[in-house]
Amino acid sequence: MKKYMLDMKVTENKDLHDNYCLLKITSDKTLPEALPGQFVQALVDRSPTTFLRRPISINYIDKKSNELWLLIQKVGDGTHAMATYKPGDSMNLLLPLGNGFTIPGSKEENLLLIGGGVGTAPMLFLGACLKEKGFKPVFLLGARSEKDLMQLDDFQQFGTVYMTTEDGSCGEKGYVTNHSVLTNIQFNKIYTCGPKPMMQAVARYASANHIACEVSLENMMACGMGACLCCVENTRNGHVCVCTEGPVFNIDKLTWQI
Amino acid sequence: MADLKVNIGSLELKNPVMTASGTFGYGTEYTDFTDINALGGIFVKGTTIEHREGNPYPRMAETPAGMLNAVGLQNKGADYFVDKIYSAIKDYKTHMIVNVSGSSVESYVACAGKIAGLEQIPAIELNISCPNVKKGGMAFGVTCAGAAEVVRAVRRVYPKILIVKLSPNVTDITEIAKAVEDNGADAVSLINTLLGMAINAETRKPVLSTITGGLSGPCIKPVALRMVWQTYKAVNIPIIGLGGIANWKDAVEFMLAGATAIQVGTYNFIDPTVSAKIIEGLNGYCDQFGFKSVSELTGALDI
Repeated sequence: MKKYMLDMKVTENKDLHDNYCLLKITSDKTLPEALPGQFVQALVDRSPTTFLRRPISINYIDKKSNELWLLIQKVGDGTHAMATYKPGDSMNLLLPLGNGFTIPGSKEENLLLIGGGVGTAPMLFLGACLKEKGFKPVFLLGARSEKDLMQLDDFQQFGTVYMTTEDGSCGEKGYVTNHSVLTNIQFNKIYTCGPKPMMQAVARYASANHIACEVSLENMMACGMGACLCCVENTRNGHVCVCTEGPVFNIDKLTWQI
Repeated sequence: MADLKVNIGSLELKNPVMTASGTFGYGTEYTDFTDINALGGIFVKGTTIEHREGNPYPRMAETPAGMLNAVGLQNKGADYFVDKIYSAIKDYKTHMIVNVSGSSVESYVACAGKIAGLEQIPAIELNISCPNVKKGGMAFGVTCAGAAEVVRAVRRVYPKILIVKLSPNVTDITEIAKAVEDNGADAVSLINTLLGMAINAETRKPVLSTITGGLSGPCIKPVALRMVWQTYKAVNIPIIGLGGIANWKDAVEFMLAGATAIQVGTYNFIDPTVSAKIIEGLNGYCDQFGFKSVSELTGALDI
């Protein structure tokens, strides 16, 4: 897929939570085609300590309004600076980068999309695309507590949503891998993005139950296009760049101890 | 419109702006963003005789105005380059220059010998300055005897343009530059990364798997500029200047300090079109100040 560098404009910055905001960004031109799982490299021009672009997964593309959504978790100086963008501010993005999730051929398959924390971001776009293609995606979202669960109204537009919270304040108490939906529905494929321990637990569950599983990795990146070789993951084919070979990997390719 | 052509020995570049090894892949990674054929040259990723997996992740740490890397020369080896990559890049209308590295004199010679057979590769850049490999790399670049030995040996098997990339991690870079000039180098490129380190205060652990790594980006520019200036006064061969170049003014400064040409490195990650902007800016600068040829800038520092 052809990649672009675009000067875009922020149309909305919505606080979702103390630590998260949703940036909606538009362009004069029609947004390029992008696949769920792909990411952008955002230039952060108002933080003196931020040198590199920030890789952010695509949360959603609203074709009608020509808007790209980015879910930002305020972690360091760069993402805190991004959270200060206001409608009308310009942002320079490289997109679309990396590879998307694999969509199955058969519409009969039961697909489970598991997201944790900021890792729920690409699951919204994936769910939207799956619904558009005739699937009935099931979401399983995990968080520490109710206030950490975001965009529930958006998720519910595209499929059934189940939740787990560590404190039991919403959905089932515990971790995503203990949720009853895993025993109540026979899934053919699991997609997951979130903290690495969560993804490893999901991969372990999928592997033990012979369910196909794709994970989206978020290794630290510099260039985002396969030039610097900084974001490598160890795979059965040796070190590969997460930015160009991933960020989505089938768990069979990884060397995780699961 | 000024004349932008410059010469590195007998190699004519259409303009002095090239991209640095390890920051521009094989050029192909950037074709969606910029016309790579407009560049003066592309220094492709460091190549060794053997396939190398590089260092374990994490290999990168961001710093204010720069970054540390500890990639460790990950590449698929010289045979893979010759068999698989060369055919895809050989017809670009710019000079494709291979950065050659090794862990022993023999491995440098073997790798340079393989690349010598490739018709469309007019030059190599001998990397005696990589700080991220245990054996070889920078070890050759930090002593005059080591630098002289590897350059002398490669010169015997490599008849085309031989550029030697120098390490800044030395007491006096001019001594190393003179040693490689005396042993047959056609040009020097400087500087490679500065050895640095990053620590995570919260975890009390080093950020990089190798603990130390190479610092690059705008933060190293003053050091690079100083070394280009010192080296310009010490040698007679052309200097290719690099280290933190992010815009045309930086490029002008390196040329005034004595560089014949420049390489853009880490800034390619921030702006994949930066080199095209620098070419345009150099031309504008020459027009504004009445330089008919960009080559007049080399060493034109007014002291």
